[in-house]
Amino acid sequence: MSKGNIDLLTAESRVEIDTWVAKYPDDQKQSAVMAALRIVQDQNGGWLTEELMDAIATYLDMPAIAVYEVATFYSMYEHKPVGKNKLGVCTNISCQLRGSEKLVSHMEKKLGISMGEVTEDGKFSLKEVECLGACAGAPMMQVGTDYHENLTVERIDAILDELK
Amino acid sequence: MANDVCFRTLDQDKPWTLDTYLSAGGYDEWKKVLKGEFTPEQIIAELKTSALRGRGGAGFPTGLKWSFMPRNVPGQKYIVCNSDEGEPGTCKDRDILRFNPHQLIEGMAIAGFTIGATQGYNYIRGEFWEPYKRFQAAIEDARAAGLLGKNIMGSGIDFDIEVHLGGGAYVCGEETALIESIEGKKGQPRFKPPFPASYGLYGRPTTINNTETLSSVPMILKNGGQWFLELGKPNNGGTKIFSVSGHVNKPGNFEIPMGTPFSELLEMAGGMLEGRKLKAVIPGGSSTPVLTADVAMGMNMDYDSISKAGSMLGAGSVIIMDETTCMVKTLARLSHFYYEESCGQCTPCREGTGWLSRMVHRIEHGQGNQEDLDKLLDVAGKIEGHTICALGDAAALPVKSFLKNFSDEFRYHIDHKKCMVAN
Repeated sequence: MSKGNIDLLTAESRVEIDTWVAKYPDDQKQSAVMAALRIVQDQNGGWLTEELMDAIATYLDMPAIAVYEVATFYSMYEHKPVGKNKLGVCTNISCQLRGSEKLVSHMEKKLGISMGEVTEDGKFSLKEVECLGACAGAPMMQVGTDYHENLTVERIDAILDELK
Repeated sequence: MANDVCFRTLDQDKPWTLDTYLSAGGYDEWKKVLKGEFTPEQIIAELKTSALRGRGGAGFPTGLKWSFMPRNVPGQKYIVCNSDEGEPGTCKDRDILRFNPHQLIEGMAIAGFTIGATQGYNYIRGEFWEPYKRFQAAIEDARAAGLLGKNIMGSGIDFDIEVHLGGGAYVCGEETALIESIEGKKGQPRFKPPFPASYGLYGRPTTINNTETLSSVPMILKNGGQWFLELGKPNNGGTKIFSVSGHVNKPGNFEIPMGTPFSELLEMAGGMLEGRKLKAVIPGGSSTPVLTADVAMGMNMDYDSISKAGSMLGAGSVIIMDETTCMVKTLARLSHFYYEESCGQCTPCREGTGWLSRMVHRIEHGQGNQEDLDKLLDVAGKIEGHTICALGDAAALPVKSFLKNFSDEFRYHIDHKKCMVAN
C-alpha cells in the first residue's frame, strides 16, 4: 500500500503501537491509527510530519490518505512545531463565565505570543481548546496531559514559572 | 439523600481501588450473573421498571435499548461505553472514571452479558489522560482478580474491556461517529438506519451507552428497579448527576434524586456568586435551550419538568448565568463552538454553523443590523432537522432560545453598538 519508511518509528513507539493493535480484532489494525498518531507525535516532540504519517500508514497497512484524514480531523494532532509545554486554554462557556478571557490575555502578554503560536525559545505554545469536561473547575487549562483547574492569574504565574 | 448510585463510594478513602469497591458490595451483581442468578430477560425487566434513561443527553430508555439487541445471532456483538464527555458544561463522567471506575466495569460486564457481547470498548476522550489511566488500572485489577477474561469464575462466560482514546472531536459523542472513530476513521456520523443494534462496530450488532448510564446498572440490580424508580419520579427514575458550573459559589457535581427543585440544586452549589442576581440557566448542556431565571426557579430537575419549562435535561449540565452576563457574547462563544466542531459532512451544518457564528460575532461587536436577527432564525431553521446527526440541531437551538428570551439585548447591541450589561 504505502511506501512510508517505518524506520522513522522508534523501537519504543512500535512496541507501544503494537499494544494498541492488540486491543482490536486481528483484521482491524486501522483501529490503532489514532493511538499510533499520538505515540509518534510524542516521539517527535509533539507534532506530526508527512513522513511520520506515511510511516504509520505502512506500519498499519493503511493508505496514506486514510491516515492524513484522521490526523487532520481530530484537534489533538499537530502539524507544525509546538512548544515543549503545550498549553491548552479552555475558553468555552463555563470557563468564559469564570473569567477565561482575562487569563488568556494575561498569558499572551506574559509569554509574548498569541493563541496558536510558539515562544521563540520553543518552551511554550498556546492553543485555544474547546470544552475539556472540567466545567466545575472553571476556568481551566491543560498543560501536556495535566489538568489545572480553578485558575487565577497568580496560579497561572506559579504554573508557568515552574515549567522548564 | 445524595450520592446513592454512581458516587456511592465517593466519601471513602481511595474510592477508585478494587478493595474499596469490593468492600462496598461491588461486583456482587456481576458474580450473581456469573452464577446464573439473572437471565438477560430479568435484567432488561428490572431496567424497564427502573425507568433508567440514557444519561448522555438523549434520554432514551436503557431497558428498551438493550432489548433491541439480537443477542442470539451468532458472531461477535459489542457493548461500547461513551466516555467522550464534551458537551460544554458537562463534567460528570470524568469523575465516575476517576473515582468509581469499577462500577462502570461491572455495569459494562452486565450489559455485555445481557446483550450477548463478550467484548466491550470504553471510548474515553483523548484529553482525559488521568481518567484513562485510572480506568485502565481498574481493568487490569479486575482481570487479575478473575472478574474479566475467559470463562470467568468457571461460569463459561467470557467478557473483557479495552479502552479506545479519542483525539479531540466533540462530534464523536454521537454514537455512530464514535463507532467510526474506533474503526480508525474520521468521526463522521453514519446515516441511520441501519441502527447500531443491527449494524454497529465493525458491522456487528452494538449497543452504546453513556458512562453514567452503565454505572447505574449494578445498583439497579442490587436494590431492584422499583428502588431506583422511587429515588426519582415516575418516568424519571433514579438519581442523576448534575454538573453545576458558572456563576455559583460552589460549582460541582451533585448526584441527587430526579425531581429535585432547581432552587435546591442552586443552594447545594453554594448559591449565586457574590450574591448577584440569577439571570439565565442552561439546564442540560450547551445544546439545550436557555431559560430565564423566573422559569428556571419554577422547574424541577427531571426530564418532564425541564421539558415543560421549554428546555431539556440533556446531560444534566446546569450552566448558571448572573445579571452581569452578556447574552450576546455568551451565544457568540457557543456558536463558535458548533462551527469549530461541525464535522463538515452535511452542508446545512457545515455552512450554517459558520453563518450563525459570524452573524452573532458581528452583532456582539456592534456591526450587526436588524435584519440579522431574522436571518439568524432563518439559518437556524434551515439547519435544524436537515442533518444526519443532532449537532446541527444543537447549533440551532441555542440561537433560537437566546433570541427568544433575550432579544432586547441583541437589539441593544445592534442599535447602540455596545453591550447592555457589561461595563
